[in-house]
Parts: sequence; C-alpha cells; structure tokens
Amino acid sequence: MELIWQGITQAILLLVSGDPEVMRIMLLSLQISGIATLLSLLIGIPIGTFLALSRFPGRGIAISLVNTGMGLPPVVVGLFVSIFLWRSGPLGFLELLYTPTAMILAQLVIAAPVVTGLTVAAIQQLNPRLRMQLMGLGASRLQVVCLLLKEARLPLLAALMAGFGAVISEIGASMMVGGNISRQTRVLTTATVLETSRGNFDMAIALSLLLMLLTFSVNVTLTWIQQRGRTR
Amino acid sequence: MSGPILRLESVKVAYDGIPVLDTPLLEVQEGETLAVIGPNGAGKSTLLRVLGLLEHPTEGRILFRERPVQPYGNLLAERRRMASVFQEPLLTSGTVEDNVALGLRLRHIDSTEVSRRVQESMATLGIGHLATRRTRTLSGGEAQRVSLARALVLDPEVFLLDEPFAALDPPTREGLLLDLKAILDKRQISTIFVTHDRNEALALGNQVAVMMDGRVVQMDVPERVFSEPVNEEVARFVGIETILRGHAQSVSQGLATVEVPGWALEVAVPLTPGERVLVCLRPEEITLFPRGAILTTSSARNQLYGKVIRHLPAGSTYRVTIDCGVLIVATVTRQSWEQLGLEDGAEVVAAFKATAPHVIHCI
Repeated sequence: MELIWQGITQAILLLVSGDPEVMRIMLLSLQISGIATLLSLLIGIPIGTFLALSRFPGRGIAISLVNTGMGLPPVVVGLFVSIFLWRSGPLGFLELLYTPTAMILAQLVIAAPVVTGLTVAAIQQLNPRLRMQLMGLGASRLQVVCLLLKEARLPLLAALMAGFGAVISEIGASMMVGGNISRQTRVLTTATVLETSRGNFDMAIALSLLLMLLTFSVNVTLTWIQQRGRTR
Repeated sequence: MSGPILRLESVKVAYDGIPVLDTPLLEVQEGETLAVIGPNGAGKSTLLRVLGLLEHPTEGRILFRERPVQPYGNLLAERRRMASVFQEPLLTSGTVEDNVALGLRLRHIDSTEVSRRVQESMATLGIGHLATRRTRTLSGGEAQRVSLARALVLDPEVFLLDEPFAALDPPTREGLLLDLKAILDKRQISTIFVTHDRNEALALGNQVAVMMDGRVVQMDVPERVFSEPVNEEVARFVGIETILRGHAQSVSQGLATVEVPGWALEVAVPLTPGERVLVCLRPEEITLFPRGAILTTSSARNQLYGKVIRHLPAGSTYRVTIDCGVLIVATVTRQSWEQLGLEDGAEVVAAFKATAPHVIHCI
C-alpha cells in the first residue's frame, strides 16, 4: 500500500515539477498513438463504410477478417512489423526499425481493424432505409456517405476512443519495433516496464498513473464531445 | 395532351432469380395521383423504388418525360426532379428546420432561398411552430409531417409515397391525409402513392393500380376498380366479400338469371346462357329483413332466405354473415340491427337489386 502511495506522490511531483524526461515520454506517447489513431481513422472509416454499404462476394469473410483483426495481439503485430522492417526484410531499405515511425506503423496495424470494425457496426446500426431516403431526396453517393457518417458520429467517436485506447496502452509492438531507446522511442508503457525491471516500483507506478491520466484526459474530451452530440 | 411523365416498358425485377415485379406497361400521367394498392408482398414498394429510380430493374426500360433513363448511368439529375416519402419518417438528427432544408442544401441552393422555401413548406404542413424542435422529440404524426414537408419543399415533378400513413393512429392519419389531399389537389404534382389501405387509395387516387404477385392486374379510375374488379382476387381485396360462383341460365329483357348453389339470381348484366360467372356483391348493397316481414317497400328482385351466423362490430355498423346455403355478408347499422330485432341465429331475408351485383366472366 505504501508503495502505491509513494507512486502517487512521485507522479504528482513529476507532473508538478514538469520533469523534462517524463514530459518528453508523455509527449512522445501522445504523438505516436495520436498519429497512429488519426491514420487508422483515415483508413478505417472509408474501408468500414465501404464494407457496411456495399454488397460483393466475400464481403462476409472480409468483415470477419476485420473483426478478427480487432483482437490482434500487439506482440504478434510487433513481430511481423519488425520482420518487414529488418534490414533484410521487404521494407528494410526504409531504415525505419527502432524509430517512432516504426512504432506508428505497428500501432496503425493494431488500431486500423478496431476503427474499421466499429465503423462497420456504426453504419450498420443506422436504419437501412435511411440510405434510400437520402437518395430519394436527391443526395449524391458521396452526400449519402457523408450524411450517414454524420448520423453515425456517436458510435464513430466510440471507435476513435477504442482505437486510441488500444494503441496508447499496448506495449508488445512498441517494445519490439521501437526498442525503448531513451529520448527516441521510449513511451509511457515501455518506460513503465523498464522501471519495473529495474526495481524502481514507485517510478513505474508514477508512469503508469500518468499513462492512465493521459488516457483518461483524452477519453473525457472525446466523451464530452460524444455526449454533447447526443443532445443535438 | 402531354405524354406520360413516367412509363415502364417490360420492366421486371427479380431477387436471386425470384421474380418480384413484372410490369409489361405502366404509365403515370402528368399531374395525376396514382394509388398503388395490393396485399403485402405484392411488389408495390419495389414498383415505387423502380419508378423513383432508386432501384434498377432487372429487365426493361423506364422513360421519364419520354426520355429513356440510362439504368447504370448517373441518375442523380433525374432523381433530383423527384422526392420520396417512406412509411417511417427517416429524419436525420438536428432540428425540424434542418430536416426540411436537407434536400435543398443537397442541391446547393442559396441559403436565402432555402430559408424562404423551408418556412413556406413548414407552414403548408402546419409545422411552423416546430421549426427549432429536435427531431427525436417529435410524435409519429409530427415526424411524418416533417418528412412530407422535406419532400414537398423540393417542388418535385414526381412525388413518391410509400405507405406514409401506415404507422399513424387513425385520427392523425385522417388529418394528414386531408392535408396531403389538399396540397396535391392544389399543386397538381404527379404522385405515386403506395398503400394497402383501400380508403386511402380512394381518398387520394385519380387512378388506382391493383397489384397482385408482382403484376398490375387492374388499373383504372377508383370508382371502377372498386365497383368492377376484374377478378376474384381484386374483388376480395377491394372489399367485396360475397362472391358467388354460378352460370347464366336464361336472358330476357336485359335481365339474366344466374344459377348459384340453391338460388336463381337476377342480374342486370348481358350474359350468354351457359356462361360461367362470379356474382360479386358489396356488403352495403344487401338489405336485411326479418323472415316474414312484408317487403312492400323493397324493389329488390333477389330475396334469399337464411340464418344469421355471426355479426361483427365495424364502427357504427355490424358486418353480418348470413348462411343462405351460400354465405352472404351484409352491412347493417347498429340502429337497424336493434330495430329489426336481429340476433345470431335469427332467420332473415337478404335482398338486393338486380343492378347491384358486379359480374365477373370466368374464362
């Protein structure tokens, strides 16, 4: 119990003092996971919308694959992204391994299926006749898609939160493709593991509390936007 | 006279090879309201979607103002000359005003013009006071009024309605039906109105098309469809409950005698002796008397004796089923029922004039 209190005190001190190393780690975590989530939205929403609205042979299998992807173990993603980025791998020439870009890539692979799968669900929960009604009012295909996305904005925000939650908290992929290099690829999760292995439990607890605080802050903001939308 | 605004030629729709619509020819004339009636699953909504260019037919051709519609081309321009309203109001989130303005905004119409037309349309449908209300707070009737205002604000050349009153309670339905009729009469918009309610079809339609099993089996002015159905299925759908099978025996002075099981009926229809026919009688054409009453005031040439087997309340009347060897259904006001002292099991005379029956010639 004392250890937890020490951790909480340490976390407050680190935040209040604005410890440059901790701030750098927090910022990098937010940066990497934020970019990965944004990219996953750019990929996941169009693919999810397409899967939800179109009819083609194999669509069911495609949706099943996406849904399976929602539960991809980060360590498996880390392994495969590492293999691709190794010097001898297919993308080795890019020399991205152990860089924040590699971490963004790995997190993108984790978040994109989450966003895609939840987008499919968000669109499919709308009244299926709404699409025809919008067409019947003279909406073009693009206008129909935009209006449907607008109507599904609340569950889509949930998709955004789930995507961000999946990547900000993962460790396996970040560790494998980022390498936990100080001042370069060290993020809150990998730093917590490092401090734990060093026996600095108070620091580890402080970092994990900061991670939770960060996740909480982002989700509070998104939830506020979502719930504000509910009243409209 | 201008040509039809919409014309379907040999249009067929099939889902997974199963035919759901087969329309050799159907025309909707400029300014008319075509009411499409038929039982559930008859293909009415499919027909409406095809006419509204919301669904491609599997086969056939659609002509809009005599120009063929390219089935897989960009139909947006043609579709924007139409507007649809469905059974559910299908409003988007936001306010009533946002919804009524939706179609105009999709067409990138100037905001001043949008505002003017939206106010006008809301006033026409009596929903001006709801302008700033969130759509999810509306009642079913209010929401359907918004849906109608949202379509009518577009000033469509073709207005498509798919059972818009089906989910409303009777008083709300009646109010909305009257308002819509007044709007359609005033604006003369070419309208296709799908319903399974005969009374709605009668109230709104200048023409009525009856659909059965994916086909339009009869299309005519409402009075004729309801009084002269072309076959037994249509007769039953338009509310004729007494349909008696028989054959013509003799013809004299414009009156034919038709033999039905147990009775010889006189009908004022030219028939050939031996011809097989269906004698159709609407419940309101039949008058009931207690057995033994002296029918001095009745000019009914046909008087069938039977026994009341059941009576069901229907508004201010009873629908009475009489077993005369053949089953006959008549309508009696509650007042007459009591005055005549009728009850289940009572012996009665069912009388009707020779001009009352509609006769369908059997092939």
